Amino acid sequence: MAAGASSGGSAKSDTYAEARNWLLLPSWIVIGIFVLIPVILMLIYSFLTKEFRGGVIWEFSLAAYDQFFFDRGLFGDSPPVIEWTYINIFWRSIWQAGLATLLSLAIGFPTAYFIATRPEKIRPAWVFLITIPYWVNLLIRTVSMKFLLRDQGPLNDFLLSIGVISDPIHIVNTNFAVQLGLFYSYLPFMVLPIYASVERYNFALSEAAADLYATKWVTLRRVLLPAVKPGVIAGCILVFVPSLGSFLAPDLLGGARNFMIGSLIEEQFKGNAGNWPFGAAASMILLSMVLVILMIFARQQAKANKGDA
Amino acid sequence: MTDTIAIDVRKAVKRYGDFTALQPISLSIHDNEFFTLLGPSGCGKTTLLRMIAGFEDVTEGEIFLFGDEIKTLPPHKRPVNTVFQNYALFPHLTILQNVMFGVEMQGKPKSEAKARAGEMLELVQLSQFAHRKPSQLSGGQQQRVALARALAPQPKVLLLDEPLSALDLKLRQAMRFELKEIQRETGITFIFVTHDQEEALTMSDRIAVMSAGRLQQLGNAQDIYERPHNMFVADFIGETNLLEVSVDAIQDKRAICHLGGGHELTCDAVDNIGIGSKVHMSLRPERLFLSDDPTESESLAGTIRENIFVGTDIQTLVTLENGPQMTIRTSNSDRGNKRIFEPGTPVYVNMEMGAGRLLVD
Amino acid sequence: MASSKNDVRHYTGFFPITVLCLVILYAPLLVVTIYSLNDSNSITNWEGISFRWYVDVFTGPESDKFKTAAWNSFTIALMASVMATTIATLAATAMVRGGSFRGRGLSLGLISLPLMVPEIVTAVATLIFFSMIDFTRGYLTILVAHTAFCIPFAYLPISARMQGIDDNFEQAAMDLYASKRQAFTKILLPLMAPGIVSGLLLAFIVSLDDFIITNFVKGAGVETLPTAIFGSVKQGIKPNIMAISTMLLGFSIVLVTISFLISKSDNTK
Repeated sequence: MAAGASSGGSAKSDTYAEARNWLLLPSWIVIGIFVLIPVILMLIYSFLTKEFRGGVIWEFSLAAYDQFFFDRGLFGDSPPVIEWTYINIFWRSIWQAGLATLLSLAIGFPTAYFIATRPEKIRPAWVFLITIPYWVNLLIRTVSMKFLLRDQGPLNDFLLSIGVISDPIHIVNTNFAVQLGLFYSYLPFMVLPIYASVERYNFALSEAAADLYATKWVTLRRVLLPAVKPGVIAGCILVFVPSLGSFLAPDLLGGARNFMIGSLIEEQFKGNAGNWPFGAAASMILLSMVLVILMIFARQQAKANKGDA
Repeated sequence: MTDTIAIDVRKAVKRYGDFTALQPISLSIHDNEFFTLLGPSGCGKTTLLRMIAGFEDVTEGEIFLFGDEIKTLPPHKRPVNTVFQNYALFPHLTILQNVMFGVEMQGKPKSEAKARAGEMLELVQLSQFAHRKPSQLSGGQQQRVALARALAPQPKVLLLDEPLSALDLKLRQAMRFELKEIQRETGITFIFVTHDQEEALTMSDRIAVMSAGRLQQLGNAQDIYERPHNMFVADFIGETNLLEVSVDAIQDKRAICHLGGGHELTCDAVDNIGIGSKVHMSLRPERLFLSDDPTESESLAGTIRENIFVGTDIQTLVTLENGPQMTIRTSNSDRGNKRIFEPGTPVYVNMEMGAGRLLVD
Repeated sequence: MASSKNDVRHYTGFFPITVLCLVILYAPLLVVTIYSLNDSNSITNWEGISFRWYVDVFTGPESDKFKTAAWNSFTIALMASVMATTIATLAATAMVRGGSFRGRGLSLGLISLPLMVPEIVTAVATLIFFSMIDFTRGYLTILVAHTAFCIPFAYLPISARMQGIDDNFEQAAMDLYASKRQAFTKILLPLMAPGIVSGLLLAFIVSLDDFIITNFVKGAGVETLPTAIFGSVKQGIKPNIMAISTMLLGFSIVLVTISFLISKSDNTK
């Protein structure tokens, strides 16, 4: 930073340095009180005893986590065996989010690549075209998807009328519908980082590979993909993470059999059947998974950036 | 130039953490003077300018403006204005609004600001562009707006941070004269920062050559070119042959030296030079000439290596017998009377009286 | 598309996939828009074009519920986005123009916390918070929660914009006798305007869009458009829902287009 000072524009401007605490104070207060403290409270709640009509009794208990991982029989006195119900819900969520991520990658990568290789002037318009649906209300998008895919919906009508199928195909309430819904929810998160890294990619490298007798697909696999890998990983994480905890797509498109973490948590806080400590514990487990993924990702990005320099 | 001191820098130091950007420096800049800070990038010249403007704190030392200590004043309370390197014209304001800005901020009525801005635009011949936005002007025009904007509040000192560096060569040369003209007309002290020696030599009353955070030499254009104090100044200003020599004796204020290969040379002695010490001698290439025979003055025997045509001059490389290589510049005029020596020809390198200059470090 | 098959950039098949991608993205929206114009009580049969369901939204049996929900949604989105944008602008000034300082990384982490924590977790945590301090859930709790999680959305375009503005402009202003406050209001803020407007629009859309957090903190009786629509859709998709959806969809697209056009106009060049 010392070098920057002599060349005029300092690397980091400090015009408002003396006011910075006052400038930051409102955001510290609002996010601190209404996001950070609630998350800490949630952690505390996950170790409390449940109250039967929702809420908690302030008494330390590991019951929530115990219920999540172990089955102690109907009266709670049998020897503990592993309880698979909730682990399976988490496992299914990971699986569904993973497949949705793969679907997004399979369609998002070629799309991002295609956009990044358009003339520079029209690229923003393409990016805009891809991102518009994202800004439409997620609930409305999911409902629209459900409407389109229904058994008597426009898609089946269309396929029946052109004679591709003779009976409506059931898509709603299947795993695939959930994956499609998640894909639809978060696709721009896949396209944008890949687009950004392809745009920075130096195509002379591809030309060099072609000049050295590599076919296009070999060039793609061995030259282009390694170069844009950080963008691909970023895209996958940005789709995977919100998919994992999503509620609307599984709830509206998946139905009862395709329960995911989001619905499990939601159930604990709605109506009298709820179990707040258990919901808080499930939320903590989800949050820990997400934070671990984000930390690994951050470390990878830092490493990749170092490699660039 | 008058005897009043406009800016007095006393032992000013600038440190960023462990890094010292500016070693203790003292300078007195006169009222009405066109003063230049010259040096390569990172030498501390911009840091010093920004300390005067108030954008950088002074770590140690003092800065006086017409006798008043200003180092604790924020930039907006210093009657000093800056022409920024990339002009920093406010893009959302018109040219007129840009030039009015400083006068308005001084608390003057709008009408006065407008009148003053009008005058300034007249001075830089841009009145017809008053209602355009900066982006609609060429680089040279933007540069003149920046100048008008900085002059409008009638600063006591004008600071110019490499103002010409973003212009192309032709425009840069034209602007040199214009700047000098405006300085003379307004009578304001100009402190000009540049890394371009030609700019510094052609415009300045005095030049401060800086390097590695230190003041290397202070003087007018001729001083620093003809009588460099040290290796850095000799090497940085213009082109020169730097020969390593050792001093054999000093007689009548002349130092008798010899260099590799047994060649002997004499030149004016300088202070603090010891017999037997190894020092450098600077020989400007345009003050050397070639001949078949040695002349009465200093002559060194050598062989022509190469002739390079560089337009205004012919640059000849000569290898001295058992010694170093030297460059000689011959003006490319009056060609009929001059002989071009072919490579391989043995020649003598002769020097004008006083061409050699000893450098202590 | 690419003129030459020899172009190393060209991969056969990428263009059709892009088209497929656009079809998947737009087909549901298009279909709902078309069926919102269906002159039928059933959502399955097509009986010609009419605006009867749009009329129904404003005058039908459910119109009062949706009007109240829409009013809540828009007023909350407006207030939350204005507050979030103000807070984000101040924070961005400290982060981008405050030099390097201890706790900078921590502050950035705090500001982006709502982006890292899954929405459902934020929803649960906020619900627990309000229930613990025994605060009656309703309009106010929604407003507060929205303000908090809209801050990073407003912060991103604003800080990106500020990073793109050379601090020479403010220095020049101060050199020309403007105080720091004047340099901020007369120079930095006008230059920031496009970033602030897109931050505001983004925050507005995000607030308008939110279902999960609202669903947790709204309490009984207070609905926003998404929660009202969700409640209604649980009983099956009805034609009036498609009309509301189409209007909301059009509204979002208009806002995003404005934001896009503003971000393209760069007044620093």
